[in-house]
Amino acid sequence: MNKIIEVKNLERTFGENRAIDGMTFSVEPGEVFGLLGPNGAGKTTSVRVLNGILPPSKGEVKVFGLNPATDGEKVRQQTGVLTETPALYERLSARDNLIFFGTLAGITDAELPKRVDEILAFFELSQRGNDKVEAFSKGMKQRLALARALIHKPPLLFLDEPTSGLDPEAAQQVNDLIAGLSRSNGQTVVLATHNLLDAQRLCDRVAILNRGRILALGSLTELSRKLWPVMWVDVTLMGDLAEQAASKVKALRGVIQAQGEKKSLAIQVEAEAVIPQVVSALADEKFPILKVNPRDYTLEDIYFALQAGEA
Amino acid sequence: MNWRSIWAIARKDLMEVRQNKAAWGPAIIVPLIFAVIMPIFFVVLPQVIPVTDVERELGDIQTLMNSLPPNVKLIFDGLKLEQMFVIYMAAFMFAPMFLIMPLMFSSVVGADSFAGERERKTMEALLYAPTSDLELFLGKVLAAVIPAVGISWITDVVYIIVVNTTSFPLFGKIWFPLAPWWPMMFWLTPALAVLGISATVLISSRVKTFMEAYQMSASLVVLVLALIIGQVSGVLFLGVEMVLVIGTAIWLVNAALIYVAVSQFKRSALIANL
Repeated sequence: MNKIIEVKNLERTFGENRAIDGMTFSVEPGEVFGLLGPNGAGKTTSVRVLNGILPPSKGEVKVFGLNPATDGEKVRQQTGVLTETPALYERLSARDNLIFFGTLAGITDAELPKRVDEILAFFELSQRGNDKVEAFSKGMKQRLALARALIHKPPLLFLDEPTSGLDPEAAQQVNDLIAGLSRSNGQTVVLATHNLLDAQRLCDRVAILNRGRILALGSLTELSRKLWPVMWVDVTLMGDLAEQAASKVKALRGVIQAQGEKKSLAIQVEAEAVIPQVVSALADEKFPILKVNPRDYTLEDIYFALQAGEA
Repeated sequence: MNWRSIWAIARKDLMEVRQNKAAWGPAIIVPLIFAVIMPIFFVVLPQVIPVTDVERELGDIQTLMNSLPPNVKLIFDGLKLEQMFVIYMAAFMFAPMFLIMPLMFSSVVGADSFAGERERKTMEALLYAPTSDLELFLGKVLAAVIPAVGISWITDVVYIIVVNTTSFPLFGKIWFPLAPWWPMMFWLTPALAVLGISATVLISSRVKTFMEAYQMSASLVVLVLALIIGQVSGVLFLGVEMVLVIGTAIWLVNAALIYVAVSQFKRSALIANL
């Protein structure tokens, strides 16, 4: 299937400052792709370049096979963007905001009222549709901004820090909506964020950025395998037999090292496939196994390992 | 060119301006002063104050009349002193004041357009809309020209009614507007509105705040002040030909200004300035 976004050796400079410094990545249809990095990493600039708001200084960019720098209008007809601040017209009602952006997106006068009603209902804003946005809470504004980005049912959605400044409950609501979009509508989502938990929960793949460069690219599993090719498994035994068990498993093929203390046994193995053999060997030796827990790396572990390496 | 998008931008800006009391305050007060209070003052006053007092206040009004162009002088032939005073004030001396309005209102709305959007942090979402740079520019220009010209014309109509009503006891007929007012209303007023908005949109796309844009564009009022001084001093007299010439000159300046504004109006420049 054709890629939705293709970026090759992209550079964008502002005077001496390199906001994007040689990025290469692609996004598949239906994927939730994360651009992950600290402030100034180049996330927002990337979103702007991909939408044809800023031309690239160098490199090649294709969105739906189009060059955003020259076909910006056509690209933007197929994208929806949730900006970092909700950027709503606060003196106007929620409905008027949606009508305005729906008109610009080319929804016909006949379809527009129905579509506005639908999307207000979807984001649970129907009751407040005629109220001025200035009276809305932060969470409601964010939901309305998301509704604005989706009013024309774009196949590609850019979300720039979607939970920034929201309280945990509102952030949870927004994240649930985003997760639902990709799952139920098959929409491709590009999520620009510095929130590692959001990214881990929502993204199929991430590009970890720093100072305009991609430090790593892939799924959580791929990235952790790249960073930590060997893995750890924690075994809990019933009784203080861990030291004894450690000396038994050390001899097994594929086991790099094992450390035991009281009930806890930590084993480093060459690959995931070694774990069943270790468990089987322990069971054969009649060690009472209570729990086996292969250690998972979080995006946070990966992110900080990469950023530390970069520093 | 997508005119539906252009109208949508203009309509949205007008709806926003309608909610902005800072913009509407002057739009109500200034026309009220120009079209109602001032004419009542200088049309009714000569009718209640003895002629000798009017003459004493004005000096020799006949000497003033002598400084007028011959074709304008004809208008005053055979009129009473009070009538001459009312015509002189209502139709000639006060005329350039009405040209401040299109400039003023187009500057307010224009300044509110891009600088206001930037100030309220709504600009970025607008730039992500699937419109061209030209459509964005035209939508903004239209949003300012419509109220500026509309309010100017409404003020003109109110002024015409007030002047004719209050001076009816003196003239016994409807005598206003005189010929120069027609090109002033339909040629010079739109020209000044477009001048104000083109300059203001250009300025407001480069500065950060509404007030900054408004203050910079307000300097255009100097043009109108020059007309007022010219009129009062007798150097320049706003007859039909003069209004047409000034209007044409301003339209030519507008064409050049719009060309520069459109060619420099780029999304990338606007977003880089956020």
